[in-house]
Amino acid sequence: MTHASMAAPAPKTEPNPTPVTPVRNSGRYLYAATVILLCAWVLVPLYFLLVNTLSSPEQVSTFPKSFIPEFDLGSLQFFAGFQGILNALKNSIIVASMTMVMSILFGAPAGYALSRFEFRGKETFRVLILLTRAFPLPLLALPLAVLFIRTGLDDTTFGLALVHTTLALPFAVLITFSLFSGIPVELEEAAWTLGCTRFTAFTKVVLPLILPGITASAIFAFVISWNEVFAAAVLTIENRTLTAFLLQTLGEAPLHLKFAGGFILVVPALIFIFAVRKYLFSMWGIANR
Amino acid sequence: MRGDLQKDTNDMAEIQIKNVAKTFGAYQALHSIDLAIADQEFMVLLGASGCGKTTLLRIIAGLETASIGEVWIGGRRVDHLAPKDRGIAMVFQNYAVFPHLTVFENIGFGLRMAKMPNDEVKRRVERTASLMHIEQLLKRYSGELSGGQRQRVAVARALAMEPDVILMDEPLSNLDALLRLEMRAELKGVLAESKTTAIYVTHDQVEAMSLADRISVMHQGRIIQAASPIEVYRNPAAQFVAGFLGNPPMNFLRAEKAGDGKWNVAGETVDGPRGAEAPLQFAIRPEDMQIADQGLPAQVRLVEPLGAHLLVTCDVDGTMLRAVLDSDLSLKAGDHIKLAPQPDRVRWFDPETTKAVA
Repeated sequence: MTHASMAAPAPKTEPNPTPVTPVRNSGRYLYAATVILLCAWVLVPLYFLLVNTLSSPEQVSTFPKSFIPEFDLGSLQFFAGFQGILNALKNSIIVASMTMVMSILFGAPAGYALSRFEFRGKETFRVLILLTRAFPLPLLALPLAVLFIRTGLDDTTFGLALVHTTLALPFAVLITFSLFSGIPVELEEAAWTLGCTRFTAFTKVVLPLILPGITASAIFAFVISWNEVFAAAVLTIENRTLTAFLLQTLGEAPLHLKFAGGFILVVPALIFIFAVRKYLFSMWGIANR
Repeated sequence: MRGDLQKDTNDMAEIQIKNVAKTFGAYQALHSIDLAIADQEFMVLLGASGCGKTTLLRIIAGLETASIGEVWIGGRRVDHLAPKDRGIAMVFQNYAVFPHLTVFENIGFGLRMAKMPNDEVKRRVERTASLMHIEQLLKRYSGELSGGQRQRVAVARALAMEPDVILMDEPLSNLDALLRLEMRAELKGVLAESKTTAIYVTHDQVEAMSLADRISVMHQGRIIQAASPIEVYRNPAAQFVAGFLGNPPMNFLRAEKAGDGKWNVAGETVDGPRGAEAPLQFAIRPEDMQIADQGLPAQVRLVEPLGAHLLVTCDVDGTMLRAVLDSDLSLKAGDHIKLAPQPDRVRWFDPETTKAVA
């Protein structure tokens, strides 16, 4: 916004004006327009999702739409009462929680090792971590399903949590790697000279310093699991998570149920991602402090 | 810092380093170091970066393991012990003050780890804090402190442990010049009072000269000379030490044998060592020369008035030589002068071995 207001008066007041060419000005407008367009791209659907969720079931299918939600909880009530939905919601929470715990349990030590120790194949290991995301899930779905049926892991929340952990683990490793790297090794060394073992130095010095970041990483893992639909749809039948359940019932469900379901899915993810955005930026190497 | 952490002042905390070497892959960082440091001695390890001084300090601290050799502290072999069991405390170059703890909890960190009762922790923290003049900062966090204050916290934290040995890794190098001068004097007083054996790593020769009981000059992973500051300055054991210490450093001129105990330096005959045959290096400190009727013939190339004295760079027989002269002299580039070295300050080095020759 400041670009436009600053640009306009400048050529008139300055005695020897730097030429503000039309090209430069139009570049600014293009920039602003792109920003607005991209924001709208994300925000407008979310807004309609909100409006429809807070409309009564009858209002949802009418046209034209009002831009102000009428704050009718009818759709949400219908959603809560729908057969199997609460069970799916419960499954989603269980799977996401297990994913969260497991990805931190395995990811944080890997991140610590990457940031603190020199070992052979360290760079290869880092690339391999990312490479786990190189195989599309549909490619893996069939062998996974066969394997799960053989081992009896099919249609269990734990089995699904394992798959989701695999998806979340690379991010957990990379986020914790950047967290640990941000803590000077001298802090740990100072703790060792002051009577700490490697373990107590970690719990007394490193852990308090990275706890917020670990939390963020955990929440991110939760969101990955919460949003995942493909593996959930393929690997579960009875114990469906919310995403898989909604996908299954998408065809037959009434419109207001879809809106309410979408809303319930989007809101926690949005809130969580907003809460941990600082750490996601740091993972991607964007200076943000 | 054994058992109850109380320093028994009769406890001898001498350090012995026996044949310690360290290799990082193919790189030999330390070559067979032997060094004995007396109880309550202030030992400075001095050298340019990469000479191995910090590696040696970290081996003594237990943060690095020696490839071979032994480290003894107070008659106890410690090289297989964890840092916490060695009776040491360390001050780091970047202070390493814990950011999530207050100054009080930082200074008391080691005492709490040793499970000391609360009132004893409080007593010790307050005493060391007042020693370092940071009593008023005890409730603050490290983010709210200046560099100098963080440095004080780091030193107080080490002193509160009442260790047998305090190890310091360039503790003043991150401070600005004025503060460094102030902290240097303060550190010397505090450590002398605490009667702790100290090992101090620095690349700053002035810091080394002013603080040390003894200086170990290190170069390429070896200790070249370990002696009192004045001895290291006056009687360098090797050409490297002579060239490293002093600002400007010692001057060297080629000397040819001209008879028994006589040496030809830039056309002048000078008394020198009797035993040697091959050409030697004649060495003299810039401040140990004066203008006289008889002396080394020199042509002035550059005159730098430094207030207290005059730094004169001249050409002596094709070699650049620097002299610190009286500031009242009126010299200019191109002048021909004679520089007379003070005979008892002249030193000789063998260019083959680079060692001093008597």
